[in-house]
Amino acid sequence: MGEYLVLIISCIFINNIVLAQYLGNCPFLGTSKKMDTAVGMAGAVIFVLTMAGIITWIVDHYFLKALDIEYLRTIAFILVIASLVQFVEMFMKKMIPALYSGLGIFLPLITTNCAVMGVCLINIKEEYIFLEALIASIAYAAGFGLALILFAGVRERIILGRVPRPLQDTSIGLVTAGMLALAFWGFKGMA
Amino acid sequence: MAKSISQEFVKGLWEEIPPFRLVLGLCPTLAVTKTVEDGLGMGLATTFVLVCSNLLVSILRNIIPPKIRIACFIIIIATFVTVVELVSQAFAYRLYMSLGIFIPLIVVNCIVLGRAEAFASKNGPVLSVADGLGIGIGFTLSLGALGAIREVLGSGTFWGNPVFGASFEPFTFMVEAPGAFVCLGLMLCIMNMLGKK
Repeated sequence: MGEYLVLIISCIFINNIVLAQYLGNCPFLGTSKKMDTAVGMAGAVIFVLTMAGIITWIVDHYFLKALDIEYLRTIAFILVIASLVQFVEMFMKKMIPALYSGLGIFLPLITTNCAVMGVCLINIKEEYIFLEALIASIAYAAGFGLALILFAGVRERIILGRVPRPLQDTSIGLVTAGMLALAFWGFKGMA
Repeated sequence: MAKSISQEFVKGLWEEIPPFRLVLGLCPTLAVTKTVEDGLGMGLATTFVLVCSNLLVSILRNIIPPKIRIACFIIIIATFVTVVELVSQAFAYRLYMSLGIFIPLIVVNCIVLGRAEAFASKNGPVLSVADGLGIGIGFTLSLGALGAIREVLGSGTFWGNPVFGASFEPFTFMVEAPGAFVCLGLMLCIMNMLGKK
């Protein structure tokens, strides 16, 4: 049990997907201007990332490795992710329309969120067993959500401040993300 | 739409230079620019994928059904990424190891899909190749510049050769994640100052 706890803490804080592994930065900067959109995006990513992590693990172990066609991994994974996103979109539209309209354009965008593809590849690279891959996917997704929501909170305050013109918008966003990354860097001492 | 080939090529070098003017493809930009060499290697790999996928998408643009075009684009891109992955594994193994999972992640680099959707699916093959080449080279230059700044300050070397004397204390912050964000943010600020609208 203890090792899983270490894995969870390491995936959420020490190796945070956005701030330490540099994955999923486009949605991180793109959807963090308002708290509502940040929460929506975080929810959508947590859901899709967990599902994608499990499914790609199964595909890799029982299909690609069994048939000895691992060089097709990139294509297979992106197909799994793209169709999963499409499926989730259709399912939500039918069953939970309120959530669907809340997430809106963020769902299709997840296909090109490199955090999703990145976690799937990390799971394979680290040779996790199924349970570890499952826990790591959830924890990485939670780390993404945590970073995004924290960052959105900071950014909402920045709008109130007076920022020099050339630094406005994305530029100050990146510098702020750097400060946030510095805070998360502090967790490195725990490893 | 009546732009010449050279215009399409040149716009990628300054007017629309990624990742500064088009804020896309940030993940590889931040992750692989610890050294100049990695930055340029990543840039060239992305350029190759960009040119090839732009060419193929623009040739096939009238055949691909509009409803499933994104899926088709992704498959085309993934094919060329696999080519890059296998070639770099065979001929540039050290680069392959240091770029790690960021080579397969070119598939989800928004720049490549963005150009396929915004440009190649509407223009002819020659213009699309010029566009891909311009954007790709612009991206390579940006990564090289960012890599140079981070490598010189963070490890005191340039292309693996020491620049400062032995007494230089490396500014380790720059090669770590926080430094990457701050450095890119400040570069963007300088770009904004130079290109005041």
